[in-house]
Amino acid sequence: MEISHDTIDIRDPSEAIDAIKTAASLNQSLAIEGAGTKQQLGRYRHASQTLSLKRYAGVTLYEPEELVMSARAGTTVREIEALLERNNQHLAFEPINYNYLLGVNEDLCTIGGVIAVNASGPRRIKTGAARDHLLGFYAINGLGECVKSGGRVMKNVTGFDLSKLICGSYGTLALITDVTLKVMPKPETEQTLLLRNLSEHSGLVQLRRASASPYDVSAYAMIPAGMMQSSKDHITALRIEGPEISVMSRTKDLLSYLDDSGAEFETLASGSSSSFWKKIKDAQPIAKYSGQIWRLSVAPSAGFEIVQLLKGFDLPLQGYFYDWAGGLIWLAIEPTGDAHESRIRAAVNQKGGHATLIRAGREVRSAIDVFHPQEAPLAALSKRIKEAFDPDHVLERGRMRAGF
Amino acid sequence: MPLVMPAPEPEIMSQRHLIVERLSKILPSANLIVDETARRAYECDAFTMYRALPLVVALPQTIKQVQEIMALAADMNVKVVPRGAGTSLSGGSMPLEDGILLGMAKFDKILEIDYENRCMRVQPGVRNQAISQAVDARGFYYAPDPSSQIACSIGGNVAENAGGVHCLKYGLTTNNILGLEVVLIGGEIVRLGGSHLDSEAYDLLGLMTGAEGLLGIITEVTVRILQKPSIARCLLLGFSSVSEGALFVSSVISRGIIPGGMEMMDRKTIHAVERFQSCGYPLDAESVVIVELDGAQIEVDYLVGVVRRLGQEFGATTTKISTSETERLLLWAGRKNAFPAVNSIAPDYLCMDGAIPRSRLADVLESMNELANRYDLSVANVFHAGDGNLHPLILYDASKPGDIERAENLGFDILRLCVSVGGVLTGEHGVGVEKRDLMGEVFSQSDLDQQMRVKCAFDPGGRLNPGKVFPTLHRCAEFGMMHVSSSGSRFSDIPRF
Repeated sequence: MEISHDTIDIRDPSEAIDAIKTAASLNQSLAIEGAGTKQQLGRYRHASQTLSLKRYAGVTLYEPEELVMSARAGTTVREIEALLERNNQHLAFEPINYNYLLGVNEDLCTIGGVIAVNASGPRRIKTGAARDHLLGFYAINGLGECVKSGGRVMKNVTGFDLSKLICGSYGTLALITDVTLKVMPKPETEQTLLLRNLSEHSGLVQLRRASASPYDVSAYAMIPAGMMQSSKDHITALRIEGPEISVMSRTKDLLSYLDDSGAEFETLASGSSSSFWKKIKDAQPIAKYSGQIWRLSVAPSAGFEIVQLLKGFDLPLQGYFYDWAGGLIWLAIEPTGDAHESRIRAAVNQKGGHATLIRAGREVRSAIDVFHPQEAPLAALSKRIKEAFDPDHVLERGRMRAGF
Repeated sequence: MPLVMPAPEPEIMSQRHLIVERLSKILPSANLIVDETARRAYECDAFTMYRALPLVVALPQTIKQVQEIMALAADMNVKVVPRGAGTSLSGGSMPLEDGILLGMAKFDKILEIDYENRCMRVQPGVRNQAISQAVDARGFYYAPDPSSQIACSIGGNVAENAGGVHCLKYGLTTNNILGLEVVLIGGEIVRLGGSHLDSEAYDLLGLMTGAEGLLGIITEVTVRILQKPSIARCLLLGFSSVSEGALFVSSVISRGIIPGGMEMMDRKTIHAVERFQSCGYPLDAESVVIVELDGAQIEVDYLVGVVRRLGQEFGATTTKISTSETERLLLWAGRKNAFPAVNSIAPDYLCMDGAIPRSRLADVLESMNELANRYDLSVANVFHAGDGNLHPLILYDASKPGDIERAENLGFDILRLCVSVGGVLTGEHGVGVEKRDLMGEVFSQSDLDQQMRVKCAFDPGGRLNPGKVFPTLHRCAEFGMMHVSSSGSRFSDIPRF
């Protein structure tokens, strides 16, 4: 926790409305949190008070046969996942947990926080991000008005899709009080095919080949040598999920499809497969490094080249690995005052994509852009959107952009 | 509830010749439709109940032309209505008499096929089906398949967040696009997303999708393409009541199966379909459910067995299972013909598009029939059962005086019914003008105000596709979004309706 001031526990949305209206009248800014496990994400900002939603909790609707669940923002992900598990369902977007990267207690992490940062994991490439599973929400905007968007049905084009905007807005647009999510059946079983003895480059090529195959792979990662505890060589990993009979057959087919790659193959059965992907989801391969952490979202085919560019800049990389078939790069780097921002952004800009600083001290997160800078028209539009929700910049002032 | 559109502004109407003259400096004459007879072709989209003659139709071909048209519109304070292929079922691209109709059909190029990153960059006028066709030889396709896919354009799909029969498993347009290039009302270009997955801090890509042309002009779309499943098989199951069919649908999903498609039809539709072109649907059934399973052969064969057993368990009176591609297509034929078939039993029909929690289906159908009786009309139902998207087809005869109004009022009541059980006005057709005046049934004034403030962030003058989606047109100044000088408002003439 890095904000030293009062935290108010919100027990009812009306309390949040009062607090926001009061802050607006005093030209103060409010921080918003669930359990506070994501406080270190985003730009460092000063706030007069923190509104905590952790006491506004509970699943309010769950209809497994309708694939829908609603919960108050302070409900822990742990509670939700346990409930879904009892019906063989899950949050298909595999929300990343920041416990390893940021040293926070994962048991506390709330669903409101997950939505506020659009936290998604390895399956994102197949089934979408958190934003693709948010069907609707209730929130309090910066004017202290309760607004809702979406609903509880799977298909809905009634009005603007504000769910997309809210998801990943880090509390800067509105204080989310309730969310309704699409939940999915949990695959019956899973297996992971590991390809060893390939170079980093050819491992990534094989991931992209697999992504163009009909074998319905649900996750694609490449972990360079030394990043995963025992591994002395590069690991290329593909996850297959579904009914047992299908998983066996598709793994076999995928293996023969990739047979000409020259890799040595190894299969991880269900239990070890799921613990492998939990490590990838939570960025464990690089979490152990002490440095600053960046998360780069790029075209899968550009992943390798961007890392080469960074190496060419002689950046002091501590470690890195790829998820999303090369489209997501997690990077640990020796800490500096500017987190090597300009060269990292330059490399990403050359190929197209976004770089977000995930772990750095508060001085660094005050000094530089944590989120990827935008060109002028888009930056101006973003500011206007912020002000459409929060004209007085009450909510999370400065957390995403220095200007608002 | 007759539709009221903003009254044409006399000063714009009187400057028409000047607007046309300035447009003719931007566009070659073949790209500018001025003549009244030719403009008539654009007076409505696929929602034909209301029409308006556009001021002028501009068909730009380059981004520069779009920017110049937007700049001209800003300069002369003219409204702009974007249009793709004109297949909207809710009047999303219905013209305005004092607005430039901006047709994007000439943006019809596929710019790049990027197999490696499984995406394509296409111009907005490219037809939905043409995207899949372009990558078919390599075994890829673009997943969202609205029923108008032969004709509808990807730009329109983005504007409406188009769905289709495969949404439950593969998502809507919003889940299948990666990037957009947009020309804003002021002529600036912004690029959202790209060929990477997660991008902008504020997800404007997601916001633009389904915004019905109220926020910007889409000039390029990056779509995701998927590898085609190895095989697809179909089951057709008949049930002796609607609720049994609905329970069966729930049982499939409870069993952890997400079919590629899951469709349901009621007795009236089944009979219409069989009379139109028989494909062996059971005439004694009160409902039929089509389940399509796709994926690896061994998985599909296994799941077909599971679904067949569930059907038996839930009292299916008929079960047919495709064993070949020909049989699969035959089982689908009735569903694909459902709309024309219904047209063969009634001169006209009005297609509604509510979405409801599936568990309420049987109640909703019962109440709907009661409503229909009250209006002395009948309703046939086609239902995307997997995702709760209902298409009641209200049968009427436009040549009978009063029938249109009765059909429309029944439609409104049906949508209110959908909302009352936790559903929404539209699952995939959009609000447009058709459902605009019902928005208050779903949203509170502060919900609507929030959406309108978002609109103002893009279009402070309210010139982009006004009269759609929102029941009341507010000046952005009312939301504190715009500085109004003491000399008076530029928009004092905006009508309320």
